Amino acid sequence: MAELVQHIINGVAAGTIYALVALGYTMVYGVLKLINFAHGDVMMVGCYAGYASAHTMGREHSTSFLGVTVVFLVAMGMCALIGFLVERFAYRPLREKPRLVALITAIGVSFAISYGFQLKLGVGALTILPGASPRAFPEVITPSDWLVVGDPSYPDIVLRNTQVISVLIAVALMAALQVLVFRSRFGVAMRAVSFDHRTSALMGIPVDRVIALTFMLGSALAAGAGILYAIKDTRIEPLMGTQVGLKAFVAAVIGGIGHVPGALVGALLLGLVEEFVVGYGSSTWRDAVAFGFLIVVLLFKPEGLFGRVTAEKV
Amino acid sequence: MSPVTTSPMARMLQRVPTPLRGVFPFLLAVPVLALVHVATAGAPFFVILSLTVGVNVILAVSLNIVNGMTGQFSIGHAGFMAVGAYSAGLTSKLLSEYGLSFLPNAVSDQVMFAISLAVGGAMAALFGFVVGLPSLRLKGDYLAIVTLGFGEIIRVIVQNTEVLGRALGLRGVPQWTSLFSCWFIVFLTIVIARRIAASTHGRSLLAIREDEVAAEAMGVNTTAYKVRSFVVAAFFAGLAGGVFAHYQSIVNPGSFTFVKSMEIVVMVVAGGLGSTTGAVVAATVLTLLPEAMRSLFIGLGVSADTAQLVDQARMPIYGVLLVLIMLLRPQGLFGTRELWDFGPFKLKGPAKLTAPPREGGPA
Repeated sequence: MAELVQHIINGVAAGTIYALVALGYTMVYGVLKLINFAHGDVMMVGCYAGYASAHTMGREHSTSFLGVTVVFLVAMGMCALIGFLVERFAYRPLREKPRLVALITAIGVSFAISYGFQLKLGVGALTILPGASPRAFPEVITPSDWLVVGDPSYPDIVLRNTQVISVLIAVALMAALQVLVFRSRFGVAMRAVSFDHRTSALMGIPVDRVIALTFMLGSALAAGAGILYAIKDTRIEPLMGTQVGLKAFVAAVIGGIGHVPGALVGALLLGLVEEFVVGYGSSTWRDAVAFGFLIVVLLFKPEGLFGRVTAEKV
Repeated sequence: MSPVTTSPMARMLQRVPTPLRGVFPFLLAVPVLALVHVATAGAPFFVILSLTVGVNVILAVSLNIVNGMTGQFSIGHAGFMAVGAYSAGLTSKLLSEYGLSFLPNAVSDQVMFAISLAVGGAMAALFGFVVGLPSLRLKGDYLAIVTLGFGEIIRVIVQNTEVLGRALGLRGVPQWTSLFSCWFIVFLTIVIARRIAASTHGRSLLAIREDEVAAEAMGVNTTAYKVRSFVVAAFFAGLAGGVFAHYQSIVNPGSFTFVKSMEIVVMVVAGGLGSTTGAVVAATVLTLLPEAMRSLFIGLGVSADTAQLVDQARMPIYGVLLVLIMLLRPQGLFGTRELWDFGPFKLKGPAKLTAPPREGGPA
């Protein structure tokens, strides 16, 4: 029983991080009908931005409340910038082209970013590209156990402060997003664009700007998720984004892509299932779980748990 | 859609007696390959390079059947290659314990090799069928993700199976691949791909690519054809895996990652989705280019570090290349055309004997 509770705690903590990344996929898919394959890699860049800013501030400053906030903001700003650039120079010129073209481009962008970061390149003391070897992410939140049930040396259940903080931050970001999408002018514009580009343009909505902002917003959320992931995993490397990104995408599809609360549910489900497989099965099967889950969902309910069935217009 | 043209080979075939038409290309190719094989026996570097190129050409040409001709987007081709490599490798490890005593050793080995390749291809085709099935319900990007997922699942299964050597891989696969056998399969793949394209089946595949709904309305069984294209492509990927396994002699899961799949996709896209010769050219160039660059840099006396950096830069360059191709020339190098549709190769006169009437009708 205690083991089960522990797995649920870990699963939920992992799931909320997936959820933040999944939201980026869902939002972009909503407005562009494009799977932004590079999303996970943008998240990875966010991790490195956080890493760099934490190191620049030094251990003393980066662990303070203000320091952590700065780490998050730097990462989010950096990712929003990259999201903007990717959209502007890679996706926008292709918007009227067949979807396959955009998909191939997205894969190309993903490759360029993740493998570009594997090169080691520096000018003097300044590192431009970090190289392939993994780096330890600084402990911006000093880890401690908030709740220990059972014998302290072999505890039954451990609740870490990082888990609680990560869930809180994730929930706060998602709540902010929900308010933005359903209670603001920008949200109305975004939802209109996701229904129909041309009609929205006729109604006076600046479609290009809305799409660019959606990208920036999704990328910023990914950056937040990336920092939380790095705190949990304590290790960052250039290829981390691909795996996390794919899993988050799976979560988005399970929930019904384009559906914001669906992404959360899908991500939590995925986090829990993964945790159970690792806990009760073997950790080597972990990476197959997400895809197996995805294939089952797509075979039996291709629109996802909450997605709407759309008929194809001829 | 550009008209489907006949190759110079097909035109030459018009003059060959009917009973010989099926085997004629092979009658031409086999002596040439044998000659090259003998002539290059003393150049191991050339042989190894040609094997690498050959495997990539098989992979690119076969993926082109799914991605180019049928217009489905599969990005898990390395998974089929893995299935082929492991099943062929395992089969020949078992078979190498026995020999066909009534044959000379070398011949017996080649027979065993053929059997293992057939097993590898068949297993891969079986997996192709399994992956092809979801394509009944999925389109575009969803299908892409599912093929990717299958590729990853295959890799994870291999990593967890004792018989297949887990993460260490399968060791001691007999080195049976020769330049001749490898390029014979390359040739076989190209001929079959071209024949599919020019057949009724190929026209159905092209119809699905152009417009699935219209194709269905015209009586094309889209489901069956999509699955078939997956099975055929997977079969050849399996052969490529088998060839690969028998010259590497070690098969490990690291050779069949997402990266490998993407390399093949880049080759097909760069060559032009739907162009067989484009896939051949792109696969050759993209395989030789990094090698040539490395030799060039070493020849120029650049330090080993820089040469290594060039090698590492291959993947990001592939990524940028994909984006640039999509931005500047989304149809790829050749588009849907073939090599002989271009300037110096273009044949004149009333040569398009088998080309169907084109233009004029509703697009």
